[in-house]
Amino acid sequence: MSTSRRKFINLLLGGGLLGWLGSIFYPVFSYLKPPPVPEANVNSVKAGPVADFPKNSGKIIKFGRKPVILIKMDTGELRAFSATCTHLDCIVQYRDDSKQIWCACHNGIYDLRGRNVSGPPPRPLDEFAVNIVNDEIIVSKMKEIG
Amino acid sequence: MFKKTNEKIYHWMDERFNLTPLIEYMQHKQVPVHKHSVWYYMGGVALFLFIVQVCSGILLLLYYQPGVDSSYESVRFIMTKVNFGWLVRSVHSWSANLMVFFVFVHMFSTFFTRAFQKPRELTWVTGFILLALAMGFGFSGYLLPWDELAFFATKVGTDIAGAVPFIGEAIKIVLRGGEDVTGATLSRFYAIHVAMIPALFTVILSLHLLFVQRQGMHEPDYYKNLKPEQKKTIPFFPNFVLRDVLLWLIVLNVLLFLAVYFPWELGPKADPFASAPEGIRPEWYFMFMFQSLKLLPAHVWFMEGEVAGILLFSVAGLAWMLTPFWSIKFDKSARFNPMLFIGIAVIAFIIFMTILGYLM
Amino acid sequence: MKNIFLRIVVSGLFLLFIKPDFILGDVETLMKTDNCISCHIEEEELPEDFNKHDIHMQKDLSCSGCHGGNPASDDMDEAMSIEAGFVGVPSKKEIPEFCGKCHSDIGFMRSYQPRIPTDQTDQYYKSLHGLRLKKGDTKVADCSSCHTAHSIMPASDPRSSVYALNVPETCNACHGDEEYMQEYEIPTDQFTKFAKSVHGVALLKEQDTGAPACNDCHGNHGAMPPGISSISHVCGSCHVNNMQYFSDSRMGAAFKKEKLHGCEECHGNHEVQKTSDEMIGVDDKAVCSNCHEPDDKGAEVATEIHKQLTTLATTYEKALAQQKEVEHKGMDDLDIEFLLQEAKQSLTQARTLVHTFDSVKVTVKVKEGLGKADLAIKEAQAQIEDYYFRRRGFGAATFIITLLIVALFFKIREIDQRNLNKEDRR
Repeated sequence: MSTSRRKFINLLLGGGLLGWLGSIFYPVFSYLKPPPVPEANVNSVKAGPVADFPKNSGKIIKFGRKPVILIKMDTGELRAFSATCTHLDCIVQYRDDSKQIWCACHNGIYDLRGRNVSGPPPRPLDEFAVNIVNDEIIVSKMKEIG
Repeated sequence: MFKKTNEKIYHWMDERFNLTPLIEYMQHKQVPVHKHSVWYYMGGVALFLFIVQVCSGILLLLYYQPGVDSSYESVRFIMTKVNFGWLVRSVHSWSANLMVFFVFVHMFSTFFTRAFQKPRELTWVTGFILLALAMGFGFSGYLLPWDELAFFATKVGTDIAGAVPFIGEAIKIVLRGGEDVTGATLSRFYAIHVAMIPALFTVILSLHLLFVQRQGMHEPDYYKNLKPEQKKTIPFFPNFVLRDVLLWLIVLNVLLFLAVYFPWELGPKADPFASAPEGIRPEWYFMFMFQSLKLLPAHVWFMEGEVAGILLFSVAGLAWMLTPFWSIKFDKSARFNPMLFIGIAVIAFIIFMTILGYLM
Repeated sequence: MKNIFLRIVVSGLFLLFIKPDFILGDVETLMKTDNCISCHIEEEELPEDFNKHDIHMQKDLSCSGCHGGNPASDDMDEAMSIEAGFVGVPSKKEIPEFCGKCHSDIGFMRSYQPRIPTDQTDQYYKSLHGLRLKKGDTKVADCSSCHTAHSIMPASDPRSSVYALNVPETCNACHGDEEYMQEYEIPTDQFTKFAKSVHGVALLKEQDTGAPACNDCHGNHGAMPPGISSISHVCGSCHVNNMQYFSDSRMGAAFKKEKLHGCEECHGNHEVQKTSDEMIGVDDKAVCSNCHEPDDKGAEVATEIHKQLTTLATTYEKALAQQKEVEHKGMDDLDIEFLLQEAKQSLTQARTLVHTFDSVKVTVKVKEGLGKADLAIKEAQAQIEDYYFRRRGFGAATFIITLLIVALFFKIREIDQRNLNKEDRR
């Protein structure tokens, strides 16, 4: 067999091997790179620095598959509740005039403990725990009682 | 320059570990070439698939979180959020099935070529243990995604184990980690799947491979009787090994094809309080046993049908494992080959019951 | 601490279950301290509905608390003498005053419950029941008709006849009795209708005490059928937005002028059903066509609103189906789900905006929802495309692997050739 042919085969083999290694290691390395949300079960979510969040305001944050409303009260206390209205699953919002949680769909109103106080909502909103770690707000699931 | 470095490294190693005799041994080892040579590759393919299993399994471990609240979620997470996670999971599932399939093929080819005969009795026995462990891998791994089908299949599977006389109930409770299939079962199956069976498997597999290397390839009877100059062979290294690699590459491609075009599904999350959905069936390699047990009458002789069936399968399994020790010598003058008959009957039974299981 | 509480509750429940019947538990002590009870038990003359869980009994107001007399005396004549303040059984007409002598006196009631209302008697006399009683109609409900005479319990007590879940049955005892109600010439099927309504199903079937019972719309002590002007206020006390939109609309003004019954005209009263998009428009099921001609301006608006709503609803359904497909394919549907949530919210709001009877307002909201739903569909399609893109990646990998296979194949041939040559030379 001619040397040139042998050389060509060796080249092809080496190239193929390199390509193959690439096609194996590229997926493996991208697999190893953690995705943006690094965990399957969202148990806590960072909601930004405390200082950036004005008093008497609320915002919706994404908590896994659920929206959560985070509220900073006049006193500076932070509270978080499930933002899904218990009436027809609309997303509630914070009203800085009446200082209540309000659902625009049917005017359902909850107090700042999440209790349904007026309008159609049949149940209170579930509460989430809020902690501050290194000046950053962390919203997490309430520990189950019992 | 490049070659020189290579040689230097080799010398350094050779000086310390005396590699030359090993290489020479491998080079001098010859693999027979004949019309049944293709079966020599089946074990290699199974080995390759096992390696794929180990690699993809380790990758899955990085993200998988066992637990009632996290198993399903983390598998879903792997499939949706992790880069190429869908591929890794799909490859792991497909490769598992292909591995069991090739172990079966490997086993039956060994059986029909009578490769289990002296001096390879223990190679056969270790091979059988590997098959059992592979099925254990499949059974324990099936539950880990914690989806509906997995949950109920495990429930049924462990129930069957519970029907074994005297010790069945204890086995069932130990397997389940309690009376029912719960989160405790999941933890146990996880431990079994990623620690216990892999450790056992590695030891037995090493023995199995050691035996093969030590004894060389089995030569079929007609090949053995050829004159030495008529015996065609190729060196084990590199000729046979390269062929092996070539086949592995093809298998890898098929595996990728299956994983991409038929991605493994994830059913709805298991709900222990829901009623069992229709079409609960075990993995295909358990189907023939599952179906046979279902077909048995309620009472056989003085035992419950299911108990009788389990006893029968246990005895049959044991007998199959001990084949080298009882196999009937084949007299060339006789036309009837009893071992061939037994093998075909076993295969026919397995295929028939499997098909029946999927039809019913 | 928790344990003690639990123990009290459990033992309380326990007592309740092993001694379900009234007096047995306390009979000893009561017989010693209260001669009315001991004597009436002996004579087997206790009122039929006597129940020791009666709130008055619980607060140590036994028989004499209402009927007067002296429970300390064991002489019957003395105990039930006028001097001892005995009043006996009040006549029907006297009952409101009989109860009111305590319940209208905040000075007295305060000692039991500082924030208890004391206007029940007053309200009662302004109710249809009370007005008729004054006129001498003795078939109407008095206090005891709803509260019972001797098993009175607070409305918060599930055993009470006026507990939210029990109210419909309590009212129905009279209002569902065709024969009894005959002379009043009003329907008697309110309960049957209510039980089928969205409110009734929530209250009676799902036991959701948040759902309205009879008294939540009609009032209780001041019960009256709601007047024309008050209907939308009655419904609006829960359905705030709907009422606001309606009363601000031209439709609301027109209704007022025509003296139409607000919400009830379209939704019905006792049998109010869950709404659907088919209610608006000009189809058979549409309520608009009850008044509007198929070619008038109103019908035009109704048709437009119907079209808008169904457009959003079908787009939403389509997006939902796409999301399911994405999920089924094992692709990422998280963002799609959030978009869908927002689209659904717009749909809900658009449906509420129907009560403005302004197709422009509905259209604006629908547009908003369509935007979200379209975005969701786009995202879903991107995900599905991504799913198929994987196959292209497979193509690339196959190409590389095939290259390697071919190279390896030739290499093997080459090596085999070398071997043969070697053998030949030998």
